[in-house]
Amino acid sequence: MDLSKASFWGYRRENGRVGVRNHVVILPVDDLSNAAAQAVENSIKGTLALPHPYGRLQFGADLELHFRTLIGAGSNPNVAAAIVIGIEEGWTARVVEGIKQTGKPVFGFGIEGHGDHETIRRASQKAKELLQWASEQRREQRPLKDLWVSTKCGESDTTSGCGANPTVGNAFDKLYPHGVTLVFGETTELTGGEHLVAARCRNDAVRKKFQFVFDRYQEVIDRHKTGDLMDSQPTKGNIAGGLTTIEEKALGNIQKIGRKCLVDGVLDKAETPTGPGLWFMDSSSAAAEMVTLCAAAGYVVHFFPTGQGNVIGNPILPVIKLCANPRTVRTMSEHIDVDVSGLLRKELTPDQAGDQLLDCMFRTANGRLTAAEALGHREFVLTRLYESA
Amino acid sequence: MIHFVVHEEGDGVGVVVVEGVKAGQQLNGWIMEDDKDVNVTAKSDIPIGHKVALKDYRPGDTVIKYGVDIGRVVQPIAKGEHLHVHNVKTKRW
Repeated sequence: MDLSKASFWGYRRENGRVGVRNHVVILPVDDLSNAAAQAVENSIKGTLALPHPYGRLQFGADLELHFRTLIGAGSNPNVAAAIVIGIEEGWTARVVEGIKQTGKPVFGFGIEGHGDHETIRRASQKAKELLQWASEQRREQRPLKDLWVSTKCGESDTTSGCGANPTVGNAFDKLYPHGVTLVFGETTELTGGEHLVAARCRNDAVRKKFQFVFDRYQEVIDRHKTGDLMDSQPTKGNIAGGLTTIEEKALGNIQKIGRKCLVDGVLDKAETPTGPGLWFMDSSSAAAEMVTLCAAAGYVVHFFPTGQGNVIGNPILPVIKLCANPRTVRTMSEHIDVDVSGLLRKELTPDQAGDQLLDCMFRTANGRLTAAEALGHREFVLTRLYESA
Repeated sequence: MIHFVVHEEGDGVGVVVVEGVKAGQQLNGWIMEDDKDVNVTAKSDIPIGHKVALKDYRPGDTVIKYGVDIGRVVQPIAKGEHLHVHNVKTKRW
């Protein structure tokens, strides 16, 4: 596929970033505000609540990550405008101020002193205005480089490593030279292949940073493990699918970064990259956590290869699923956007498979709903670093 | 018909990519990286996605896939047998 003049139709936001969806989100700061946020969503049809279970008595780095993730989600260019609801006004204002940096419309509401009814009434009134305003935003033609694409695989099996993941790698190798901003992560899931990622780092500074975050995560595993992590990493589903060790899983995972891209930088969880290229994000390998962190970092389209059939979606980041396992494609077809099982029958070349994924990426970016969006998968899962106070 | 795929020449395992492989079945393999053919007779029933040993292994041996170490053998494995968590373990963690 010649991508030299490739473009897509997206929503250009106030800060110059380009989104492929046009959501008005109702973002709770904390668990207590989910009910009000969902009531606003119910009241104003077409808005999107992002309920989650956290946000109280967190502190330190864990609290910073909480704010970074919420602010990042609201700032994502797939979001046209945001309503923020928190139990009190202080932390609510902090999230509002963070999202406001993008220039998009954002309004906050604290529940204390008003109650749910009054908060829902006020927030719904504003949500209606924002929804009508957003509905007049128009897509415009934008160059490929304005697209930010993330990847993370899940419920992988051995077909992931020889089919679906190399397909993502092929697509990444084709996108990379055009200045697209890419990311992969899953820190523990590089175990056994970390030397291959280190070898792909652009320079020693990036390599050193990568090795530091990799080693740090290994220490977390060593500190808390009670066995060899079998059934957790690899998961029971991975093992049922034929993956035997973390090393084997990692080597399959790494196929996603292709053969040509260099790792240009290392991101903290939910951190926004500062330029184009391939970034590594230090992150959990749990699907919904990692995809949520990608959404918070500003990515607008996601490639999700699966083997055994992970069904994940995300409320604001369209998740494109691809699969090379013929049994999964047959038994879980409603979840699969791109069937690359032909790769394992020599009916499809890696180049053709990569092009099929890119074709689906452009269609998704231009507005076609992914399987996960059509099925209502909206997993918004915040990463926690440790206990609340 | 391709029954199993091998990532690259020198790998000691193949991945079964069809359903219903039975012990005694002649299996046709494809070495993807080198586009070569390889054959093995299955000595176990092997589910789709699971691995077939392409050589004999003794406990302590290293299994190579993608040209890289994926773990250590803990039970003897004969060429053609099912290679998985019952006879191979991680060297990490």
